[in-house]
Amino acid sequence: MRSPLGRAIGLGSAKEGVEDWWLQRITALALVPLTLWFVIAVIRLAGADVDTVRDWVGHPLPAIFLVLLLIATFWHASLGLQVVIEDYAHAEFAKLGLVIVVRLACFALAVAGIFAVLSMALETTS
Amino acid sequence: MRSADRPISPHLQIYRWQLTSVLSILHRAAGLALSAGTILLVWWLVAAASGPDAYQGVADFLGSWLGFLLLFGWTLSLFYHLCNGIRHLVWDTGHGLDLKSTYLGGWLVVGGTGALTLIAWIAGISSWVY
Repeated sequence: MRSPLGRAIGLGSAKEGVEDWWLQRITALALVPLTLWFVIAVIRLAGADVDTVRDWVGHPLPAIFLVLLLIATFWHASLGLQVVIEDYAHAEFAKLGLVIVVRLACFALAVAGIFAVLSMALETTS
Repeated sequence: MRSADRPISPHLQIYRWQLTSVLSILHRAAGLALSAGTILLVWWLVAAASGPDAYQGVADFLGSWLGFLLLFGWTLSLFYHLCNGIRHLVWDTGHGLDLKSTYLGGWLVVGGTGALTLIAWIAGISSWVY
């Protein structure tokens, strides 16, 4: 048996449990240049046909940036959506269920996006 | 013991709107909109990887009035969340937390969002036409 004070000591001042908060900021920092790059890239691709898009994704740098963008985006989105759910969903089962659904959806979308990028990139280089 | 007439905050019906709280709510709303928009991003990538027929489907959708509306909402949300996100990152360093700075930063974010959205659409439409 530990007293409530004993359990709390050492856990204050961000020694543990700040990982989500910290990762939200790290992914935010990564997303600043990545999203600006992506918007400029999409503007230049406006109205392009499928071959132009595939050719663009087939270059190493766009492919790498796209994969990084997808990882940072879905990590950031998953953490952000979880905070929103935890703020507004008060019933425990609804909260847990929504957090699980959001996590899985973000993971699935990230995998789908990364797979699409890699399949185009590897097809062009081979 | 509960006091029936103690003040309860925030009382949304009589609560005076202010820039800081509106921008805070919009940051969340934009984040939700962008999360939904990621489906469009993945759809676009998967369609491009799948081939011309699948890509034509997403191209037709994005070229429709609904597609344009979604893309416009997406760029607006993106630039807002980006600008206000940088404002949040500055706050995380412990700077700019006084009342004057929060309002100055808030108006900078509003101006920056409008300017970036406008520039992106002018550039996007001219790139699309030519």
